[in-house]
Amino acid sequence: MSDAIIKVHDFRKVYGKVVAVEGISFDVRRGEIFGLLGPNGAGKTSTLESLEGLRRADGGTLCIAGVDPGRQGRQLRPLIGVQLQTSGLPDSFRVDEAMRFFCAYHGLPPRDDLIERVGLGEKRRAQYHELSGGQQRRLALALAVAHNPPVVFLDEPTAGLDVASRAMLHDLMRELQARGTTILLATHDMAEASEMASRVAILLRGRIAAIGTPMELTATGAGLTKISVSTEAGCLDSPGATFPAVQQALAKDNYHIYFSTDVGPTVSALIAYIAAQGDTLVDLRVERPTLEDRFLEITTKGAAR
Amino acid sequence: MNAFAYHFGFEFRVGIRNKALMLMNYLFPLGCYLMFGALMGSVNPPFLQTIAPAMSVFAVLSGALLGMPDTLVSAREAGIFRSYKINGVPALSILVIPVLTNMLHALVVTVIIVLTAPAVFDGVAPVNWIGFFLVFLVAAFALAGIGSLIGVVSTSSRMTVLLSQLVFLPSMILGGLMLPSSMLTGVLGKVALILPTTYAMDAFAGLAMGNSAGSHAWQSMGILLAAGLMAFGLALFLFSWDSRNSTRRGHPALALLAWLPYVIGLLLVL
Repeated sequence: MSDAIIKVHDFRKVYGKVVAVEGISFDVRRGEIFGLLGPNGAGKTSTLESLEGLRRADGGTLCIAGVDPGRQGRQLRPLIGVQLQTSGLPDSFRVDEAMRFFCAYHGLPPRDDLIERVGLGEKRRAQYHELSGGQQRRLALALAVAHNPPVVFLDEPTAGLDVASRAMLHDLMRELQARGTTILLATHDMAEASEMASRVAILLRGRIAAIGTPMELTATGAGLTKISVSTEAGCLDSPGATFPAVQQALAKDNYHIYFSTDVGPTVSALIAYIAAQGDTLVDLRVERPTLEDRFLEITTKGAAR
Repeated sequence: MNAFAYHFGFEFRVGIRNKALMLMNYLFPLGCYLMFGALMGSVNPPFLQTIAPAMSVFAVLSGALLGMPDTLVSAREAGIFRSYKINGVPALSILVIPVLTNMLHALVVTVIIVLTAPAVFDGVAPVNWIGFFLVFLVAAFALAGIGSLIGVVSTSSRMTVLLSQLVFLPSMILGGLMLPSSMLTGVLGKVALILPTTYAMDAFAGLAMGNSAGSHAWQSMGILLAAGLMAFGLALFLFSWDSRNSTRRGHPALALLAWLPYVIGLLLVL
């Protein structure tokens, strides 16, 4: 992958006798939002913190825009912005002070525009401990991107946020991506990963259990597609109405619901059957397995091993 | 404004804005000054001859040992140092700036004490103001060095209180603040010689208060300076960004080396 800005090759992290990450490899392309998913203890934080230069790799290589995070801390700083999961700011920091403080260490004038952009304009004189959880996270994101780093690490950026704050953060992430910023997003929120990430990797017990676009991952699972059909005359009530690739069928609230392993042949056969019976289709809904379904499938299988 | 200057300004403001630090930097030492001045002045009148240096050292002790270490420990435990590291804040700034701001807070309190003690308690004013300022700087540096070292090696707020009190209480009782160390005999006299405040009071006596009889002021200054440098150097060496990472470069017990100059001071007397 020639335009990769983050390269992880055979990365290994060990704590005493516990192997937290066991030789994982992946690349993240410039301008991509890459989701890192996994249950607690899967190795997400170890991977992120090693890429951020907070921990040293015990094996393999890590590289961000040609810089080794473990050995070239000084060169790494302008390249990355990090929104940590924990606060990371003194309680008595005021919003505008925090912005000036970090900008000063990056050798930049304060980015007051970003305070406005994340909706904290009226809170610029408030101390950090006076902000709500959502406001603290928005401030953390503003500080992380104040120096326009090409790579941003977001660790659970929307955990515990209300709908409006979450939407604002997602908008900001899209803006960053549009400007060419690469985002490595660690999250437990499957809907967020599915919506925001171009590609995701699911970590399980320190290994990559699956990697690809959200569509690819959901398509490769054993999950069944749910097809809900309603007709005017109820022709599907007939016991003879059987369709290919259907594993399970049930009727509920004027709908016939089919769980299919192969949606194409099932839907084609359904429509043909309804037409042949002289009935009229009222409603047809196809619900693909979600990333969450696929995640649960992978993690449940992994846990059973 | 450069980053160091902005960081210094912020840290100084926090020392006033934060209620716990305000208490330890200003309210506690000034309250004790008023209380000790009133009580000790009637119970032990010779105390008034040393009230200015004694309460100045007390102010430094309060901020350096009761205020600063817990701030460092809490910041590390809250992940603030991790955030600083990511944003390029050097470890040196994290340790130097609290030491400097602590010295500045103590200086403000010291100025109040030195200027008011003669009028309020009939206390003795320094005869050599430059000498007083010089001793203050060295003593404040030595004590702030210990404070930063405690903040670096301590793993919790509870341990911080324990370690700080281990230095604070003997320093206050035996270190020449309440009564001259020369009055202590036997084991207590020897214990006093491994306390930084003993050397600070000796240096104040010889270089600022015009009481050079029996004082080894410059030797005491040398010991305080060496101890301050060792404490600060060890704090820098043992500093860790993050309690969850075992990145400390040496065993915390190495911090005891900061007492080496005081032990040498004891041996010189023996």
